[in-house]
Amino acid sequence: MCSLGLFPPPPPPGDITLYEFNNALVCGHLYETLPLAFQSQLADLPVLGLPKETLKAHSRLEHGTKPAFIHHRESLWKRCINAWRDVGVCGVLNEVANAEEEALQWVKTGSRYALAVCHWVSSLHGSLFPHLSLTSEDMIAEFSQAVDWAGCTIRAFAWHPHTSKFAVALLDDSIRVYNTNSATIPTLKHRLQRNVAAMAWKPLCASILAVACQSCVLVWHLDPTSLSTRPSSGCAQVLSYPGHSPVTSLAWAPSGELLLSASPVDTAMLVWDVSTENCVQLPWFGGGGVTYLAWSPDGSKVLAATPSAVFRVWEAQMWTCERWPTIKGRCQTGCWSPDGSRLLFTVLGESVIYSLSFSEYRGEMQGQVGGSKTASIVADLSETTFETLYGEERIGGEVHSMAWDPSGERLAVIIRGNPDVPESPTVIAVFRTRNSPVFELLPCGFLRGEQGAQPQLIAFHPCFKKGALLTVCWSTGKISHIPFFFVSAQLPCFSPGRSPVAAMASASVREQPLFSELTSPLASTWAPGPRLSAWGRDARLLPPSSAVPQFPPTRHQPV
Amino acid sequence: MSAGPGQQQALLRQVLGWRVAAAVAWSVLLLPLCTAAFVVLSGIDPFHPLRWVSNSFNDLYTSYIIFCILLMSVVILVISIFNVEFYAVVPSIPCSRLALIGKIIHPQQVIHSVVHAVMGVLVAWCAAVMTKGKFQFLAVPCTSSESLDDAVPQVCLNEYHLFFLLSGAFMGYSYSLLYLVNNMNYLPFPIIQQYKYLRFRRSLPLLVKHSCVESLYLVRNFCIAYYFFGYIPRAWISTTMDLHIDSKLHPLDTLTGLLDLSLLYHAWLCGVFLLITWYITWLLFKIYATETHHFPVQPTFAEETDQCLPKILNSNPPLIIKFLALQDLMLLSQYSPVRRQEVFSLSQPGGHPHNWTAISKECLNLLSDLTQRLIAQQEAAAAANGRAKQPAGELKISPQTPGAIVTEDMSFQLQRSNVIPRAPMPSLVKSSLLPLKASPGSDVGTPFSSPILNCKAGILDLNSPWHGSVQSPHIMRRGPKLWTLNSDLQMNGSHQESFPMFSVVRAGSEAVQPSFIYTWLQNKQEQIKNFLSKRALIMYFFSKHPEASIQAVFSDAQMHIWALEGLSHLVAASFTEDQFGVVQTTLPAILNTLLTLQEVVDRHFKLPHVSSKPPRISGSLVDTSYKTLRFALRASLKTALYRIITVFGEHLNAVQVSTEHKKRLQQFLEYKE
Repeated sequence: MCSLGLFPPPPPPGDITLYEFNNALVCGHLYETLPLAFQSQLADLPVLGLPKETLKAHSRLEHGTKPAFIHHRESLWKRCINAWRDVGVCGVLNEVANAEEEALQWVKTGSRYALAVCHWVSSLHGSLFPHLSLTSEDMIAEFSQAVDWAGCTIRAFAWHPHTSKFAVALLDDSIRVYNTNSATIPTLKHRLQRNVAAMAWKPLCASILAVACQSCVLVWHLDPTSLSTRPSSGCAQVLSYPGHSPVTSLAWAPSGELLLSASPVDTAMLVWDVSTENCVQLPWFGGGGVTYLAWSPDGSKVLAATPSAVFRVWEAQMWTCERWPTIKGRCQTGCWSPDGSRLLFTVLGESVIYSLSFSEYRGEMQGQVGGSKTASIVADLSETTFETLYGEERIGGEVHSMAWDPSGERLAVIIRGNPDVPESPTVIAVFRTRNSPVFELLPCGFLRGEQGAQPQLIAFHPCFKKGALLTVCWSTGKISHIPFFFVSAQLPCFSPGRSPVAAMASASVREQPLFSELTSPLASTWAPGPRLSAWGRDARLLPPSSAVPQFPPTRHQPV
Repeated sequence: MSAGPGQQQALLRQVLGWRVAAAVAWSVLLLPLCTAAFVVLSGIDPFHPLRWVSNSFNDLYTSYIIFCILLMSVVILVISIFNVEFYAVVPSIPCSRLALIGKIIHPQQVIHSVVHAVMGVLVAWCAAVMTKGKFQFLAVPCTSSESLDDAVPQVCLNEYHLFFLLSGAFMGYSYSLLYLVNNMNYLPFPIIQQYKYLRFRRSLPLLVKHSCVESLYLVRNFCIAYYFFGYIPRAWISTTMDLHIDSKLHPLDTLTGLLDLSLLYHAWLCGVFLLITWYITWLLFKIYATETHHFPVQPTFAEETDQCLPKILNSNPPLIIKFLALQDLMLLSQYSPVRRQEVFSLSQPGGHPHNWTAISKECLNLLSDLTQRLIAQQEAAAAANGRAKQPAGELKISPQTPGAIVTEDMSFQLQRSNVIPRAPMPSLVKSSLLPLKASPGSDVGTPFSSPILNCKAGILDLNSPWHGSVQSPHIMRRGPKLWTLNSDLQMNGSHQESFPMFSVVRAGSEAVQPSFIYTWLQNKQEQIKNFLSKRALIMYFFSKHPEASIQAVFSDAQMHIWALEGLSHLVAASFTEDQFGVVQTTLPAILNTLLTLQEVVDRHFKLPHVSSKPPRISGSLVDTSYKTLRFALRASLKTALYRIITVFGEHLNAVQVSTEHKKRLQQFLEYKE
């Protein structure tokens, strides 16, 4: 088990983590300090600053055109019809009960009683599933993968699975699409695009983006060659289903054919055939809804977290599921190893990372998920005090979100500090991981952003050739990219772990020893420096306690 | 290669037989449950709940209920037989109202409707008997109305019972009609695989809701019908069976008679009972029939050779078998490495990749067939548009339009087809086809290998019953098929004199010398057509719905979608799994076919009348997924191309394809399509 105590101490305040090189995280003051050889790798990735002030100017507080018109009192009958259309039975009852007209007195009393019964029933329901009493915005904020969804400028982030292109959902309900190869930055706006909780690019496709909104799922069909900065809302397909809102999580099948959507209110998750807008419900009562979805990169399994202390792992061929009750709280986040054989997940209320391994997927075992009997704790992230030259720092707490890089070698984790202790910050911890032949989780270090910036969202670039590239959205509205330079032990993936085929390829490599003679010389060829593999791959073979010597983190001095 | 029809029937029976049996068995097993629910609900008595429950449970064991269940089982059996006889994996979509009427009065459909009406009567009779009370018997004793003193016991007609029976017949007939109109004989394959029980459970609430609503409408319609025509059957029954009419009771074909809440409730409940039992039968058949079937890739025993996947794909089996085989191909290519290995394997003596060759050949044939069909449709549409814009008199007739293929063996028909003004052939498609023909290793049918075949299709259509019948040019303009070729020219000619057409014919060839009488007849025919086309009523029946015509073109696209998915997954898997390189030999042909199809499909979606977005599908019981198959095809085509391209990456530059396709590939490689 790995714990925070084994981590190298966090970088000094004022420094920014720039990159990982030679198995050590390098900090500095400015971004120019990247070695020249690496600058070309990142030159085209935009480092963005999206401060809140620029957005507030044109954010609409009130949606719709209602305030622009003079208030007009309609007849009760009309209002009831409108309420029926908008809200349903409860709306009609509410309208009748609050009518000022000299309506039939007994109708008013009757509807008042009916309304009371409705409230009582819903409160009963709400006491079973407390999240149902939240407003939909609070619900999204509660279940979103963003740390501070309600307050921060950046609400969702998604890398395109094949190219250097990403989408950013902002506080003003617009989405911007940045492409390294083109200067045009399309801004997506739609009448229904409100309170974006998640986004996902369609795999095996040039430019289709699914957006989880408050009332529906929008699927944007963007023309990658178009120069327009404001695609019309005609480019968006609206996928809505009664009772399925707000949508908080989306997952595309890695084979690109199906889209899953989940809502904390709906017990069923929906499988969409987006091209025809057909959907199939996958109902499973219990749990009260689905908050978070993660499709394994090999396409065989799906993690579905619920608002109560249970999560499910679906098998994606016959769509049967295994149910996993947790002890403490709901499953907050999870991520899959590239070959889909291991699931790491965290539980609200516990500061540990659990691991769940699955028997290797071969397709012949139809309708079996094949999970192991118990989940094991692989990392303990409880609060640890680091004595640094600049004073004490206390780091540790619950995990808010996790990301595993496509080669399966780095795991980034957002640890939310203790909310009661003000000086306990939200940090990103990075682990080195290895999935085969045995699972290993070793500390790498903490990432630090600019002064006062808290990490908001993390995502790995899906096809970074020289290792892994972590994109971090900070609470200041900055989006920075932190490269991890290493030689992957896996075969070079063409579609980095996104298609079952590539996963099969990596699975067949599994039998080879990881630390062959081949990998180390390769590392040395493009990693000149005196401290080659000081605590690198060779050190990983040692037990974790001795693998972390207590030397100070390297300071890269600007020249 | 081709198995005899007898063998195919045996295969069909082997694959489908047990499925049908299981579906029938389950629907019969579910019947007692439905009956129990019906009995409980029909005896509903909100003021005496205890008595209601105890009464209904006592009723459940009585002999007549058991007899009713037996009778209903027979009904279910008959309904199942009709389901099996009428199912279709490719829906037949009527393109005009006349075609729809033609379908309704087709003898087969008439038999279907009559039998369903009779079955409806049987179900209604069972329902009436189980409901008891005033509905139970057709003949009831009554007293003559003249005077109470000399009360002569008479036998009177129970109109309630008659109402029930007639409503049953009405509902049975309506079910049959809706079955036809909604294409409920179409078997839609699910988008995800699920266990049968889960699929059934998922559809059950929808089924119940649909039946309840449907029954409400049917009862309303029946009441209206009975109000106007109810006296006819009543008089007929009472005279033939010598029953008196009880004059003390209200006749039911009056407003007061019909506004009987208990009557309406029981009629509605009877309708719900009928629809639920029949829909369950239909649903179970659908679920069982579309279940995956595991075809072996390589036969383990010699006698299984006819049942293995490559054989079935290459022979011409019943369509459902072909669909199941393609579905199985899609699943094996996606989920089963072991079976993929069998596909890539070489034959034991000889070392030929028979499995892969057979599978890829069939898939490519399917796709190029579709390409041809789409090209033909686009030509027709383009021709129609051209004519619409151009007055017929300005018809410029040149023997060859620019951009037409000129080959030595071009026949007279081909030339004529190219004469049609403004029929721009997709030039890119064509130019790419020629190198494809020459490309090595592409023994498969090229998408445009026989331009004559296109024309033949057109001529065949001319000979179809449609041509002889009355047709207006407007219909032809929107025709999904090859209406154009000859008929268009004749139509254009007929607008004024027949000379332009003559010149066309002369210019085309000297071989055909149409006699003067023939042309005169044609001329007259066209005049009649023109005359008729101006009548609004006829136009109403004949006008083709453009959406329906497009749906008709893509009605069997599910096959092509599976072929695309299967092929692309296999090719993508071959990158790591194909030990002998068998896939590489066909890779250029596959890429060419896919890119050509992509071209043609793109072009199709740019045609007028073609919406680029699928219509909203409400989550109803009746599946309308055939209406959106073309969108699914477009999406899976693109995904299939990207699947191959992401896996092979830069290696694709080494594959022999034409320059246009190379450009296209490059765009795909840069994710710019």
